[in-house]
Amino acid sequence: MLTKRIIPCLDVKNGNVVKGIHFLGLKKVGDPVALAKKYYLDGADELVFLDISATVEKRKTMVDIVKKVAKEIYIPFTVGGGISTIEDVRDMLMAGADKVSLNSAAIRNPDLIKEASKRFGNQCIVLAVDAKRRKDGSGWNVYIEGGRKDTGIDCIEWILKGVSLGAGEILLTSMDADGTKDGFDLALYEAVSKVVQVPVIASGGCGKMDDFVDALKVSDAALAASIFHYEESNVQNVKKYLKEKGVAVRI
Amino acid sequence: MIGIIDYGMSNLYSVKNACDYLGLDSVVSKDVSILSKCDKLILPGVGAFQDCMHTLHSMGLYDFIVQQVNNDVALLGICLGMQALFETSEENGLCDGFGFLKGHVCHMEDPSVKIPQIGWNVLESNHPQAIFKENTYVYYVHSYYAKDMDDQDLIGYSVYGSMKIPGLVMHDHIMGCQFHPEKSGEDGLKILEYFGKEF
Repeated sequence: MLTKRIIPCLDVKNGNVVKGIHFLGLKKVGDPVALAKKYYLDGADELVFLDISATVEKRKTMVDIVKKVAKEIYIPFTVGGGISTIEDVRDMLMAGADKVSLNSAAIRNPDLIKEASKRFGNQCIVLAVDAKRRKDGSGWNVYIEGGRKDTGIDCIEWILKGVSLGAGEILLTSMDADGTKDGFDLALYEAVSKVVQVPVIASGGCGKMDDFVDALKVSDAALAASIFHYEESNVQNVKKYLKEKGVAVRI
Repeated sequence: MIGIIDYGMSNLYSVKNACDYLGLDSVVSKDVSILSKCDKLILPGVGAFQDCMHTLHSMGLYDFIVQQVNNDVALLGICLGMQALFETSEENGLCDGFGFLKGHVCHMEDPSVKIPQIGWNVLESNHPQAIFKENTYVYYVHSYYAKDMDDQDLIGYSVYGSMKIPGLVMHDHIMGCQFHPEKSGEDGLKILEYFGKEF
């Protein structure tokens, strides 16, 4: 039986892992290579690195981090953040990443999804979507540029388009829930899982173990940062708990 | 020395990194003069079956691999590289593989599950064996799987929906993993280590 995946996320800025609330107010939490190794040994099923460095120069350090991580962990990992060209995709895959996630650049140039998936395979192209509920409650809009800009595009429509262009997985972050520890936005994942065939990774809002149980009913994998970074719980404990609750996990 | 065959179809360095970690001497190359010195070969691969076979033919690697296998060199196919070991694949139209193993690669047909299968699945034992233990989990990424294979060749399989997915196959000195042993944590590394040290 295919298991549900638990994916710690590491936001990396200028070579350090950081974590913020509602996409703002960043705190340093550690060294990316050391944290990656720790999560690997704790039983993480996969890792995601999001590079939130502001400049191209600092992003070069991400390639070096990816190379080091690839020698330390033997589970799949995804790298995202600032990837905007086919060359960026290639650089990350060549450095040892298994997948890349595309976000703002895919909105600006949807053909990037098509070109990258055709060249490197759908399995390594993850469409990352930051979604926020519309004020009238009629659904969710896609935001870009680290959550600063409302594109006005409907989240479900964009995801369907992304999948048709070749995205192999969807990493869907609820901006309303991100960093709050109030639980995942379940309605969002339910709505998306209903309409797409590719796996959906739920992200944003995880604060306690039961949040994972709920999220995994409507998604294939759950991503979290805070709950792991601050040692409130480790991956092993979360998976033990999930198993007790009847969720199929690798343990 | 293990030769990791570079035909431009995958992230070869994750296989190389895993070999390094396990202390297995390995080299990544597309050069027949280098690969012919290796006593074991690994054929990795992601992408589409036809592209894989065409590329192997056009680079002269197809004939080389057949020749080495005939000379008793051990071969491990990973993911698409495993599918290439069978007789044919129906991906984007019927295409011949190496035919080292009996069987045909077909598209997953169960509409109740997501396709591709992406993630960790339990590797179940088909015959009593000493290669992997109970409760072994391996990481899969694929939309096609081998059917009609010889049951003797099937060492380990995973259940996905109503399908029995051949995960680990062996025939004489040929071995194949549909999953990625280099990305399946300690369980996967043990299987890669078995190929490198005992197979």
